[in-house]
This record gives sequence, structure tokens and C-alpha cells, in this order.
Amino acid sequence: MSTAAAPFDVTRVRRDFPILAQQVNGHPLVYLDSAASGQRPNAVLRAVERYETHHHSNVHRGVHALSQAATEAFEGARERARRFLNARSRREIVFVRGTTEGINLVAQALARPRLGPGDEILITGLEHHANIVPWQMVCEQTGCTLKVAPIDRRGELDLDRFLGQLTARTRLVAVAHVSNALGTILPVERIVQAAHSCGALVLLDGAQAVPHTAIDVQALGCDFYAFSGHKLYGPTGIGVLFGREELLEEMPPWQGGGDMIRTVSFEKSTYNDLPWKFEAGTPNISGAVGLAAAMDYLEGLGIEAVAAHEQRLLALATAELSRIPGLQIIGTAAHKAAVLSFTLSGCHPHDLGTILDSEGVAIRTGHHCAMPVMTFFDIPATARASFGCYNTEADVYALVAALGKAREVFG
Amino acid sequence: MDLKDLYRDVILDHNRQPRNFGALTDADAHADGHNPLCGDRLTVWVQLQGERISEVRFEGKGCAISTASASLMTEAVKGKDTATVRRLYEQVHTLLTHPNSAPDASLGKLAALAGVSEFPARVKCATLCWHTLNAALERSADAVTTE
Repeated sequence: MSTAAAPFDVTRVRRDFPILAQQVNGHPLVYLDSAASGQRPNAVLRAVERYETHHHSNVHRGVHALSQAATEAFEGARERARRFLNARSRREIVFVRGTTEGINLVAQALARPRLGPGDEILITGLEHHANIVPWQMVCEQTGCTLKVAPIDRRGELDLDRFLGQLTARTRLVAVAHVSNALGTILPVERIVQAAHSCGALVLLDGAQAVPHTAIDVQALGCDFYAFSGHKLYGPTGIGVLFGREELLEEMPPWQGGGDMIRTVSFEKSTYNDLPWKFEAGTPNISGAVGLAAAMDYLEGLGIEAVAAHEQRLLALATAELSRIPGLQIIGTAAHKAAVLSFTLSGCHPHDLGTILDSEGVAIRTGHHCAMPVMTFFDIPATARASFGCYNTEADVYALVAALGKAREVFG
Repeated sequence: MDLKDLYRDVILDHNRQPRNFGALTDADAHADGHNPLCGDRLTVWVQLQGERISEVRFEGKGCAISTASASLMTEAVKGKDTATVRRLYEQVHTLLTHPNSAPDASLGKLAALAGVSEFPARVKCATLCWHTLNAALERSADAVTTE
């Protein structure tokens, strides 16, 4: 996709996001929490409204006009997601609630039936809890072992040690494409290649990558890729699990119910084709419609142009924050997405969050669902500013000014 | 919503220099408290003479509200009997959760926490130490949590 010529007009982009035009605590909202959840552009809001106003019914059920319209909208969204990921087939696109459900699906329908004592699952030290706990559950259920490849003080994966931990016992490698707490972009091509040469399957947690990087699952070569709609300016409660067709075909269903069956009798039921085999019950239809609109929107802006804009903001914020006495940036990897975690000496991240909020600046504070990362850096929490397509240099300066206020209070 | 109301001088002072901070070696009971939302952790030790708290200390890592609240609490409960402490906690809880309540004179310095009620997300920071003290008083060695 070529986006080179179009200059990135952030003023125009901001007009697409009605939520941004508000005051919070008497100040214009400065939203620096897109890594937790992105805001929705009008295109998404309108697509959802149009669906709800004109097309809603249940999918795959009826012969009436609305049911057919809803089915077309839902399956059209699947085709949109296929193109977004450059997957071979719509059969490889399973709609889920979000990244967490996608990972749990793979844990329960792939890992649990296949793994046992002696088998290993390899993750890294920077994973989100959603890419730790499902595997711990599988270990409890099957007797397999969870291995963790360490990170270094910059928040980069220690690739040598990762490769050293990859053995013939490794059956599955599950890693973040981008770290949510630190912003580190992992060398996923190298990881996939190394894992496959050991015969291990690979799941990538793409929650933090999709808003900043064009994803091509065929080029990546991964076996599974999971992400959430709301991180890329779509609705909550909808996400995608990509899985290679041969694997999905072999996997048993993980939830039973309507839509995932072909025939049901009290003696035996037979299951539906892919991908519906993994979609029991009425799905989040309007969510899928909104997600498709978000993909249109983001690709319309140009993911590369958005990423370049965010990288400029990240560079500016990194330079500005580095000059603040007592401020320490946590996560200084060479390749980072637009996420800036930091601590300020003498001011706990929670106090920082409250003070910044009083200035209208919304950041995330806490452990970011990555407690092991906090333990590694020996801190209870960090403050995290994250940038999206609608953020501006003025937002960065508002953050800097609000941090000045925090230093005043806690001086 | 006024920051000055939350971060009063008393709060900032007790955050910077927490009173009764550090382990109590010959405690009768202690308990660990954890707020998983923000990672705050603290331990409260108590020494009892019958029903009276003769000594109380705490240690931990937390935000200014959590640290100051624990520090103020230790000052307030030292020398009091457990029934009085329970009543005191009820008063503090009312203060923290009712924005327009007038602090009772018997609260003393604890009244400095009144501003917390304007910041609902921070109430748990201020109550963690009280839950932990309560657990210690119940001679429970189990970790308590605010969740």
C-alpha cells in the first residue's frame, strides 16, 4: 500500500473523533491512553448506527431480508478482516471478543488436546497477562511446562537466550508483537522462523501492533495472530483470531452451541465448517461491522503514515520527558511503538495519574496487566502515555506541563 | 475537584516522612495488604495489651494517599482499644465516601483525608491500611486484599 505522497493532516484526523472535542476537569481533553483503548472515528460510529438502524437481525438464520442483510454485513466484515491481515481465506478468520479470547481459544482448542508432560510452551518476559495466564491454565490441565525467555534492562527480548530455550520440546511459542507496557517491537519474523525450524507453532499477540503496523500473516508466517478491535479505533467486544486453516481444521471446537453445528441429535452432533465451528452463539454483529469500518478508516489514513506520525510524537515526547529531573523512562528498546512508560521519583504513578487528570491529561497508571514486567524493573507501577493517530505535538507539551505540575505538588 | 484538597500539606508531610514506619519485631500480630489495581503493598504490625493497641507500625510501598493514610492511622489508633478503633474506621470510611460530610472533631488529623472523597478512584488507596489493620487485629496471618 502506498501512502508516501499524502501529508498527514492531524487537524483533519482530529475532526473525525467527536469525543476529543471536550473539556475534562476544566481543560481540553488530552487523550494519551490509546494503548488501553483507542477512540472511535465518525466512520465507525456511523457504520454501527447504520447497521443498527437498517440491517440488524440475527445472522445465518433466516430467509428474510434483514437476516440476509445482517449476514452479508457480518461476513463482509470477515472478508475485510481477511484483507487487513492478508490471510489466504476467510475460513482463517474467527471473530472473537478480543485478543484475550483469541489466545484462550488457541490454548484450549489447540494446546490443551495436544500437549502433555515434557512439552513446553515458550513465552517472553514482557507478555501481557492475557498471554501468560491462558498458558498457565494449560500447564495445569496437561502437565506441560511454561518457559519464559528473559528481557534486558532496555526492555528488549534477549534473543540469544530465547533461541537457547527453543528446543525439540517446545511445542508452542506465544509472544507479543509489541509490548503493551514498554512499547518494544519484537523481532517476530526471526522468532517465527526459529520456532518453525524447531517444529513449534507460533501465536502472535497483536493487540498493540495492529494500530501501528500493516500486518501480513502470510509474510510473517505465524500460525495464529490475535488482536482486538478497540485498539485500532473499532468497538470493544470484537476481535479477530487468525489461524492457519490446516490447524483450525484439526482443532476441536472450544464452545458448543448454536451456529457452530451442522446437525444435532441427542446421540451425536456434527460441527459446522470453518470458521463458524469456533463461533458458538449469536456473535457481536455490530461490533464486526464497526471493526470493518475501523479497518477502512485506518487504511484510508495509511497505517504507515499514522505510524510515522506517532513515531515523531514518540521521539518528541522521549526527548522532552528525558529532560525532566527525576523522570525515568522504562522501556528504551531500539524499536518501539508509540508507548512511553515512565516513573517520576518521589511521586507514585497513581498520584501522577490523578494530577495529570486534573489537568485534562489522560494517561494509564498501574502495572498495565504486566506484573512480571514491573517485578523485573523492581517498580510497583509506571505511568504510561501512548499515542494514536489523533495526537499532536501540543498533546506532548500538555503532558510535559502537567508533569511540571506534579513536580510542584510533590516538590 | 481540587488537587489542593486531595494533596493537603498533612498528606504530603506524612507521605514524605511516614510515622511509625518499619517492622515491629515483637508484634502480637501482623497482616499483609495488597491493592492489585495499583500494586500498593503494606504490612501492619500490632502489639496488644488486652483489648488495647499498645504499639502499631507499618511498612510498604504505595502512593501518597496510601502511605499518608497508613501513617495517620498508626498515630490515631495507638493506645486505643479495638472497639474504639472499629468506630474510628467507620467514621473514616464515611469521610472517604461522602463528599459533603463534615469531619467529626474526634477524627483529629485523619480529617485531612476528606479530599479523597472527591476522587472515587482513590478511595481504595486510603482504606487499604485500615483493612490490613483489621486483618491483623483478627490475628489473621492471611493476606487481605481490597478487591
